[in-house]
Amino acid sequence: MSTTTLIIILGMMLVTYIPRMLPGLLYDRYELPEILKKWLEYIPYAALGALIFPGIIRGERPLPGLFGGLAALVAALFDLHLVIVMTIAILVAFLTGMVL
Amino acid sequence: MSGIDEFISGVKKGLPVAVGYLPIAIAFGAVATGSHLSPHEAVLMSAFVFAGASQFMAASMILAGADALQIIIATFFINLRHLVMSMAVHHRMKKASTLWRAIVSFGITDETFALLTMGNDVEPTPLYAIGLMGIAYAGWVIGTAIGSFGAQIIPSSVGASMTVGLYAMFIGLLVPHARKSWQVTLIAVVSMVLNTVFSSFMSMGWSIVLSTILGATVGVILAK
Repeated sequence: MSTTTLIIILGMMLVTYIPRMLPGLLYDRYELPEILKKWLEYIPYAALGALIFPGIIRGERPLPGLFGGLAALVAALFDLHLVIVMTIAILVAFLTGMVL
Repeated sequence: MSGIDEFISGVKKGLPVAVGYLPIAIAFGAVATGSHLSPHEAVLMSAFVFAGASQFMAASMILAGADALQIIIATFFINLRHLVMSMAVHHRMKKASTLWRAIVSFGITDETFALLTMGNDVEPTPLYAIGLMGIAYAGWVIGTAIGSFGAQIIPSSVGASMTVGLYAMFIGLLVPHARKSWQVTLIAVVSMVLNTVFSSFMSMGWSIVLSTILGATVGVILAK
């Protein structure tokens, strides 16, 4: 196991556990302001946006990424299960990679 | 109810979450090994972190060449939402010692939070919560092991397309929320644009961190 990976995993554990645990100590003493709650609620969506683009077209081969992503979008709009969405995207990217 | 009964009824309540986690964990194991993590590292990450979205994010950032500090900071922000969920869980669990609270806290995820705080007429006890979270955790870790060790037998030609699965995961997580809320759509689009601009002159890791923070901030300002 590489040291860098171990640092990443232990660091992730620490920064994930602390916000989970703090309210256990302070739960009856503090209430977060509404605006801060909203901000915390929005962060994952902002992160997902940033993670998707432009990363999806910045791989070794942009087109399979692009078509795989579009397939995922359509599949997700049809309310398919997350794993089905992923499988469809991988298949489309694989096929695009073979054809183009 | 005795302790054992509480624990078992927690396990029963958490079983659907475990079943739901299993395929996603298998997918995480498979894409994590595609992004230069060994199967052992993927399983260790699931066992220590137990926070799906941030683990997928870490895999994609490792793939993009981000360094440890960038990944840890991004993880901090994406998992900061648990703060609010944890408050609700601890608030409902009236009778629990600090030690129990410290243990239960590790298992707070979007799904376990929902089960512990919504549509539940009995007050959750620590053992009930641990049963519920424990079975979900087992599903997550076991699924990761199946996916990461199983991915070794996938041919490399298909394996190269697996990273698209990461992005499909992000899209699949985002779309249902974006459909229900224009604010979510706006925030996601804003941070995509920000990340496109920032990543042209800074490293991918910092660009993602900064776009996330600013994207959520823009959302709070515009969504009033």
